[in-house]
Amino acid sequence: MSWINLSALWKIVVFGLIAGAGLPALFAVGITSLARGPRAARTAGADSDVLVGGSVVGAAIAVLCFLIVLAAIGWGIYEVYQIGHPATHK
Amino acid sequence: MLALVVITALCFDFTNGFHDTGNAMATSIATGALPPRVAVAVSGVLNFVGAFLSLAVAATIASGLVNTQVVTLTVVAAGLAGGIIWNLLTWLFGIPSSSSHALIGGVIGSTIAASGGSAVLWHGLVSKVIIPAVCSPIIAALVAASGTWMLYRISRNLSDSARGHGFRIGQIGSACMVSLAHGTNDAQKTMGVITLALIANGTLAKGSNAPIWVIVCCALAISVGTYVGGWRVIRTLGKGLVEIESPQGMAAESASAAVILLSSSFGYSLSTTHVATGSIIGTGLGKKGAEVRWNVAGRMATAWVFTLPSAGIVGAGAYGLAHGVGGTIGVIVDLIVLAALSALIYYRSRGTKVDHKNVNAEWKGTVAPAEPEPAAAA
Repeated sequence: MSWINLSALWKIVVFGLIAGAGLPALFAVGITSLARGPRAARTAGADSDVLVGGSVVGAAIAVLCFLIVLAAIGWGIYEVYQIGHPATHK
Repeated sequence: MLALVVITALCFDFTNGFHDTGNAMATSIATGALPPRVAVAVSGVLNFVGAFLSLAVAATIASGLVNTQVVTLTVVAAGLAGGIIWNLLTWLFGIPSSSSHALIGGVIGSTIAASGGSAVLWHGLVSKVIIPAVCSPIIAALVAASGTWMLYRISRNLSDSARGHGFRIGQIGSACMVSLAHGTNDAQKTMGVITLALIANGTLAKGSNAPIWVIVCCALAISVGTYVGGWRVIRTLGKGLVEIESPQGMAAESASAAVILLSSSFGYSLSTTHVATGSIIGTGLGKKGAEVRWNVAGRMATAWVFTLPSAGIVGAGAYGLAHGVGGTIGVIVDLIVLAALSALIYYRSRGTKVDHKNVNAEWKGTVAPAEPEPAAAA
């Protein structure tokens, strides 16, 4: 038995970066592309609070991003549940 | 006797939830993503759910730290008393110290007092508690800093108010994940201790998992504690360390949730407090021009180093007292002292009240915000 479990450590770093920084980045891509479009251009300026810009492509990309984020969270919770209940493993 | 220990353990779980609401919700409350009351309610519910999600950490506490053969109920009760007192003291000063370390320190202290250092599984302690305690805030800070940097980079074309709005919505999701993760890690610790007590009592076989009623009780205690809310700690985390904007809040929460969930599934009983603090510092580092208040961070780090040994000393003292008096009466004496001290600490806290109304007041270097009225005498 070693004092430090290096394989667990690097897994936590790598998956931590993917899930902890990658998913919010994807969310950021989503809201940025959602805000793109003609409506955003009209009300441009520092105070514009337009979240939905009106571009169809932008909205489609945004929905795709949000779905990936949700799916990843769901899969992550499922994995944690599987690992955390070894007794119920088939 | 067993009932007394279980009740003490549930009290600890309550202070744990109470102390740690801040980890999950401080940044959302600070950026205004969720109203304070709603935030603590949501967090309470998700803690409850999270407690059922993974049992790996409970197993570590129940059989990985001390030799279960020498542990008696008195030892467990004394250890819990140590953990509770340290939790309440740090809460009074608004220091987000680790509830986990308070508990582990207390149990180890009382075990040493009862049967010497050889009863402690030092290897388990170092590899599953101390090393994760050192690594986890650093990893969390790294993740949060890169997340923050990317979020600002990607959303640089958005106007400030649109960005603030969008990320506040995202923060609700990420804050929920932290609460869930908190349940998978912190609720487990009390389950582990109650399981340890049941093993000590001979009710359960060595190496058993936590029975279902233990899981339900612990989940309930931690979620009620969370709902009551440790406003003092929320204030230190949300306002004291870094001034937080919503993209930073989301980055910090995502980083905490990811690191805690991953570690929980490896059975590392890390401190959610350390992780959340690391993440918040990370978001300060990842954004240009943000200021990290290193003196506040330093004060916290000092408290962290002292948590294990101090709770251990209190745990050992509590064991000495209970053992000196002897038997069930000894444990009852312990609990009376514990209740008296808790009441005293609660009484002291009334003087400088922090609640959902003033939790976001501007940080002026103290936990308790200045009176809004022109108070005559300072």
